[in-house]
Amino acid sequence: MMSEDQRVEDTTEEHRSAEEIAREARRLWQEYGPRAAEGTLKNRDRRAIPQMAMPAQDPAERRCNQMEVPLGYTEEQARLEALRCLNCPTAPCIAGCPVAIDIPRFLLQAAAGKFQDSINTIKEASLLPAVCGRVCPQESQCMLECTVGKVAKDPMQSVAIGRVERYVADLEREEDRVEVPAVGPDTGFRVGVVGSGPAGLTVAADLRKAGHQVEIFEAFHKPGGVMIYGIPEFRLPKEIVRKEIEGLEKMGVTFHLNFLIGRTRTIEDLIRKDHFDALFIGSGAGLPKFMEIPGENLVGVFSANEYLTRANLMKAYDREHVDTPIYESRVVAVLGGGNVAMDAARMALRLGAEEVHVIYRRTRREMPARVEEVDHAHEEGIRFHFLSSPVEILGDEQGRVRAIRCQRYELGEPDDSGRRRPVPVEGDFFEMTVDTVIPSLGNVANPLIRKTTDNLETNKWGNIVVDEHNRTSLDRVYAGGDIVLGAATVILAMGEGRRAAAAITEDLRSGRWEKKG
Amino acid sequence: MNRITEKKQLSSDVFRMTFEAPYIAEARKAGQFLIIQLDDNYGERIPLTIADADEAKGTITIIFQAVGKTTLSLAALEEGQAIANVLGPLGTPTHIENWGTAVCVGGGIGVAPMHPIVQAVRKAGNKVITIMGARNRELLILEEEMRRWSDEVIICTDDGSYGRKDLVTAPLKELCDAGVPHIVFAIGPPIMMKFAAETTRPYGVRTMVSLNTIMVDGTGMCGGCRVTVGNDTKFVCMDGPEFDGHLVDFDNMMSRQKAYLKQEAGARDKCGIGRRHDE
Repeated sequence: MMSEDQRVEDTTEEHRSAEEIAREARRLWQEYGPRAAEGTLKNRDRRAIPQMAMPAQDPAERRCNQMEVPLGYTEEQARLEALRCLNCPTAPCIAGCPVAIDIPRFLLQAAAGKFQDSINTIKEASLLPAVCGRVCPQESQCMLECTVGKVAKDPMQSVAIGRVERYVADLEREEDRVEVPAVGPDTGFRVGVVGSGPAGLTVAADLRKAGHQVEIFEAFHKPGGVMIYGIPEFRLPKEIVRKEIEGLEKMGVTFHLNFLIGRTRTIEDLIRKDHFDALFIGSGAGLPKFMEIPGENLVGVFSANEYLTRANLMKAYDREHVDTPIYESRVVAVLGGGNVAMDAARMALRLGAEEVHVIYRRTRREMPARVEEVDHAHEEGIRFHFLSSPVEILGDEQGRVRAIRCQRYELGEPDDSGRRRPVPVEGDFFEMTVDTVIPSLGNVANPLIRKTTDNLETNKWGNIVVDEHNRTSLDRVYAGGDIVLGAATVILAMGEGRRAAAAITEDLRSGRWEKKG
Repeated sequence: MNRITEKKQLSSDVFRMTFEAPYIAEARKAGQFLIIQLDDNYGERIPLTIADADEAKGTITIIFQAVGKTTLSLAALEEGQAIANVLGPLGTPTHIENWGTAVCVGGGIGVAPMHPIVQAVRKAGNKVITIMGARNRELLILEEEMRRWSDEVIICTDDGSYGRKDLVTAPLKELCDAGVPHIVFAIGPPIMMKFAAETTRPYGVRTMVSLNTIMVDGTGMCGGCRVTVGNDTKFVCMDGPEFDGHLVDFDNMMSRQKAYLKQEAGARDKCGIGRRHDE
């Protein structure tokens, strides 16, 4: 049936069981552990320690369940991996981290088995280590700068910083040692936070620590934003997000769910009627892009947002108990090459699709998805079609998807960014029989707040314009995360949130905004 | 939150329910709608239209037909109980101005969302002619309310048990022939809205329809509600729910409405609520 079956090159190894991986780590630990304790480990020795493989569920099993794919390091693995850090005097990894976590320090502490110290170090800079350890694109951040990877000329060979981060964060949570951060003395200020995704949660935590009253407004019936509706359970267990929310509740942050700013109340209402002293807008980039090709409104075409929201937030995978339906697909085409595309493709597989095809205009090298997600997708049997771009979705007489027509591309001259630009090959088309198409082409800023707030400056893409302290053009109103950056990452949203919270506290203390209420 | 203060069964499967939702009661405007969900973990999110609101009491009134699992379960809630999750008001409010004479066509349960529009259109100084349609007299809703806000009311039933034995498009065509309407609003089943738009098209009378499509979030995030309007794709939850009926691709919309027909029937059969003994 396939006219084009251009799979990714097989870079992944045979699946190894968690027990086997753990056994090997125990053996290595006997070799390196005592020497590390004596302090006799040389850089040469550290470089000889192989990168610790992440144990994972067997692909044949996991493609039928929603459980998390990577199982997490054992203690020996975490300590061995942390031992690979060379403690370079310049610590280039820190510069690679959007929130500047003191990476060598937390690795040193982890290697020494001081796991509480290690997680405390991370938490000085990051609010959501268990989340970021899982979903950060480490290979283009800290691992890109890591000397170990530089020497190997492969960032994937760097110290697996995120995996150690995940280990120490999980250990603290699983052993129930997570402490609710101390709340400062009441300042009398009230701050409203719009959206409960990574940016909003970070702002809320920092503001509450500073002693302000904090109220979060969330449109959905559950808090967590993209971490709840977008990222699947198999990549980010919802229990982790729930614990983070619980922590904020214990700190005294109030959540208003089913509350859509721009409709239930406007930004102006919150200031004028509800007397908030300051507001932070972290409403995310929630408007799915489509390709604008014929057939996109046929039955069987779903934005990745819709598909994943049905599956994750609405738990449509639990067909026995849940009311929200999800389309019954046999052959699925996912359009795009980012993390969301990988999530949608792998979800479709888990919901029973027989074949899932990812169609991407460039090549594997240019895919914006995390390397690990692409590897996992490939291991699970997702098929990739590179240098191909859909031109039309074809329907049957009932208006349902029956096929997708694509044009082949080739790599042309490099563009301004140095990447070779894909150019269409004239007259070279192919058709695939599919019943479901999931465009995963990213999101643009949701226009609701822009349209319902006078004098709020936005750029030509509809993102809110902020200064270096995340202040918007409106007094008392700050913004951060995807609504400012365009579609970005959890950690960048968190970085924005921290900066905004610091600015809000500073501006309230200094009397920049007169106290309300 | 969302405590039900009043519930009344209007016909065999149509219910009117009033519940506390002060923010929504304060903010809502004609043309807007809600999304409700009955259970955080297992419930489906469904859009429902607003039939009325009382800002002073902080209440919202909905009128709905119990046809699917969620609406059947909603109908089973009693006064004093609460609807777990209510989000709103959603959608862009109806654009209201003084056009002269407005003809408001409501079919079946579509009379409910027409009620706030008739009020707003009348308050803006328009003459209002309301055409109400139902399968039979028993299924006709809000007659008294619509008479209160309309200058003239024309009633049609399919079986002739009340008013004219006609489709709503018959009096609509007569009014167009007489050059009466400056604007038409039509809300009802998709097929009724489609034919209302076809009726007015030759006369060039602007005809606004209010669409009720499948939705998940209702905030523009999922795009499940998208419809083809002219050459554009529009989101009912954000750009709508009202669109120029002459530009809406009703056939596409109706096929999209049927996307989950099989699963929905399964859920209804499973739920066991409202199932008649002979079924």
